[in-house]
Amino acid sequence: MSPFDTDIAHLLAGSMLLVSFLLLYQDRMFALLNVFALQACGLALSVAWQAYLQQAPQLFITAVIALGFKGIIIPVALHRIIVRLGIHRSIETVIGMGPTMLFGMALVGLSIMVMLPVTQAAGTFVREDLAFALSIVLLGLLMMVTRRNAVSQVIGFMSLENGLVLAATGARGMPLVVEISVAFSVLIAFIVIGIFLFRIRERFDTVDLHALELSGGEST
Amino acid sequence: MRLAEALVFASRNVSELSAAGVALLFALSAGATALARHFLITRSIYTACALACSALAALGMCALIAPPVPPVTVSLPIGLPFAHTLLGVDALSAVFLIIVNLTSAIVSAGAIGYGVHAREPQRVVPFYPAFIGAMNLVVIAQDAFSFLLGWELMSLTSWALVVSDDRSADNRRAGIVYLIMATGGALALLLAFGVLAGAHGGYSFAQMRAATALAPAAIVLILTLIGAGSKAGLVPLHAWLPLAHPAAPSHVSALMSGVMTKVAVYGFVRIVFDLAGPPRLWWSTPVLIAAGITALLGVLQALMEHDLKRLLAYHTVENIGIVFIGLGLALAFRAAAMPIAAALAFIAAIFHVFNHSLFKSLLFLGSGAILNASGERDMEHLGGLIHRMPVTAVAFLVGCIAISALPPFNGFVSEWLTFQAILLSPQLPEWFLRLLVPAVGATLACSAALAAACFVKAFGVTFLGRPRTPAALAARETDRFSQVAMLLFATLCLLAGVVPGFIMDALARTSQLLLGARLAPQATQPWLRIAPIEPTRGVYNGLLVFVMIALAAVATALIARRIAAHASRRVPAWDCGFPDPSPVAQYSATSFAQPIRRVFGTALFRVRERVSMPSPGDTTAAALEVELHDTVWETFYAPVIRAVGTLADRLTRLQFLTIRKYLMLVFATLILLLAVIGLSRS
Repeated sequence: MSPFDTDIAHLLAGSMLLVSFLLLYQDRMFALLNVFALQACGLALSVAWQAYLQQAPQLFITAVIALGFKGIIIPVALHRIIVRLGIHRSIETVIGMGPTMLFGMALVGLSIMVMLPVTQAAGTFVREDLAFALSIVLLGLLMMVTRRNAVSQVIGFMSLENGLVLAATGARGMPLVVEISVAFSVLIAFIVIGIFLFRIRERFDTVDLHALELSGGEST
Repeated sequence: MRLAEALVFASRNVSELSAAGVALLFALSAGATALARHFLITRSIYTACALACSALAALGMCALIAPPVPPVTVSLPIGLPFAHTLLGVDALSAVFLIIVNLTSAIVSAGAIGYGVHAREPQRVVPFYPAFIGAMNLVVIAQDAFSFLLGWELMSLTSWALVVSDDRSADNRRAGIVYLIMATGGALALLLAFGVLAGAHGGYSFAQMRAATALAPAAIVLILTLIGAGSKAGLVPLHAWLPLAHPAAPSHVSALMSGVMTKVAVYGFVRIVFDLAGPPRLWWSTPVLIAAGITALLGVLQALMEHDLKRLLAYHTVENIGIVFIGLGLALAFRAAAMPIAAALAFIAAIFHVFNHSLFKSLLFLGSGAILNASGERDMEHLGGLIHRMPVTAVAFLVGCIAISALPPFNGFVSEWLTFQAILLSPQLPEWFLRLLVPAVGATLACSAALAAACFVKAFGVTFLGRPRTPAALAARETDRFSQVAMLLFATLCLLAGVVPGFIMDALARTSQLLLGARLAPQATQPWLRIAPIEPTRGVYNGLLVFVMIALAAVATALIARRIAAHASRRVPAWDCGFPDPSPVAQYSATSFAQPIRRVFGTALFRVRERVSMPSPGDTTAAALEVELHDTVWETFYAPVIRAVGTLADRLTRLQFLTIRKYLMLVFATLILLLAVIGLSRS
């Protein structure tokens, strides 16, 4: 194992984290989708590198799934949805950009603080990878909390799931079945959410969740 | 010879046999559930209960007289997967086995007649045997799991019996309050056992006894005081008792008041005297203070009450106070290394437990007979029942005298013994206890006097005078079974009062087991007297007092007959010149209690009396309104209930948040937990 192996793994995981930060402040829909596709590609690369490192051919399948589903199919489908919803020109007002970024950084610090002492027994390679993964999960959650547009919330959810897959592949030994089922669940979530988006729009003429909050769940 | 062999067999296999008895009672319950609709089932179930309880009481006596050496514990492979159920009968269990089953047997015998009068016996019968079985299980359990299992079963079955008549809103409320208090009490006991078992988790009593040095005993004492005290009815945890005990059918009330509170006392004794190790000197302080307040407040609230069954329930609270005074004294003397005094106080307490189970069951059966005959529990609607229910009246009178601690009945003996123990308190080493114990003794004396006043009221207003309502006028004597049961109880009250020495000797083995000391043998004293401390000091002769009272009574009657006219005539009582035909104008329970209500009630219960007199010429009746506050409820319970209500109102908002706010909650919780992990690890 050459000394560059872990460095490359860290580079890929770190770049995914960086892309997560990019996701946080994208205020245009298409840009958001593109950045998400970029993160999915990062995930595919990272998983493929893990497959090479761990000599685990089944991980290549995971990488292909990640690239196919999250890198291509879902962004393209969401792209179409956005066009059909007619919100591709809308600019989402992201609340408190500066504080959100600062908070995201604090979350990264927190996940490093948690992960490094907890996983003392594991190798350095796994430990830092896990810290990156937890950061990506937390940033995904943060995005879901701060965004008001339903589409951006979906993307936040997907990026959270990217973090989960990254953690799973890093921790060597997650069965393929689980990964495939996770992938499928994401797909189903995507379909369900997509249907919901249209339903919401039909009812409220918008996918801005603020309108839902105003109505308080009581339909007229 | 046969009898002796049977005795030896029974005492050798006492644990197995009592376990079989408990199983039989549960089986009866199951059978009653299956056949509840059947016509004859009620009587057969009560008969079977009476027989099973008699057998169990006999077993208890065997175990007390001829204890198996070494003590036997059976281990049944049922219960939790990793722990067997341990059952056994030691000297303490044997005493309580007798107390529980003697009373239950007689009450069940009375219920053969009484129980069929209930409106829907099939709501009572299925739970009744299980209730007795659960109490027995608590008493013979030798590990914490079976103890708590029995305890909870006892709570649940008695709850089912309390709400068996769920048509009245009062009963439903009583059921809810009872259920909440029982859950809290059981939780406290669970924690107490958890602390006793320690980190290694030895849940059998034997393991706990061995591990006592490690347990923080103060926590155990407080938790047990809460857990067992709430079941027994220690103030301020007694709030459920005067609600729940009267709500059940009367024979069940008799068991709840007469037996279940005793099982709670057993729980306290088992944990504090047996499992928690040697007591510290301060342990007795909380027990004595709670007990003194309980005794006084119980009797005062009873005096304010004119519902007969509630009055009796409040008296249970008072008597539990007396028992705990004895137990507190025993703790103090034991901690001060005064073993004989400790044994005296302990025996006084357990003797009072036995006595109270007898006369309280008697009184509840009597109130049940009255309730059946007239449909009334309110004393203000009764009166003159002595002519219509003579047997009940005699038995009830015996119960009243016994509970008022008057010689020659049994209540006097146990309270006298408690006072003997109190009189030994100047030898205690701690100045605080030397001050506290006489104060508690004064409270005890006061409550004994008030109890007598209360039962003069209860008997006088209910049985004497003229009937206040048509219902009381139409009352008829109760059925034979109930009469026999009440007379049996009355006889036992007299016997225990006349020859107390035998019972004290029987209790000596228990005090030997728990305190390592026993009193001098009492039954062998001349003339059946008892002299617990020394032959020259504190001597009581129940037999002599009884003979003297009997002689004096007979002589008075003879002389009165000789002086008075020979034939008795029945004439209307002299009406003092006011020939008012209305029986409402008689002395009532409220008027009887008025002086005491004014002296004590104004401060303790914030009593207000309002007299509204009609203006001259107005023909409306004058009215006296008495306003009474339950201060304990308003101080301790009402704020909690209000706080829960307010909190629930506030938390309702959580159900109407937006998705994003829910997500935020989840997110915040996650971050908080992660931060906790991060900070604790770094």
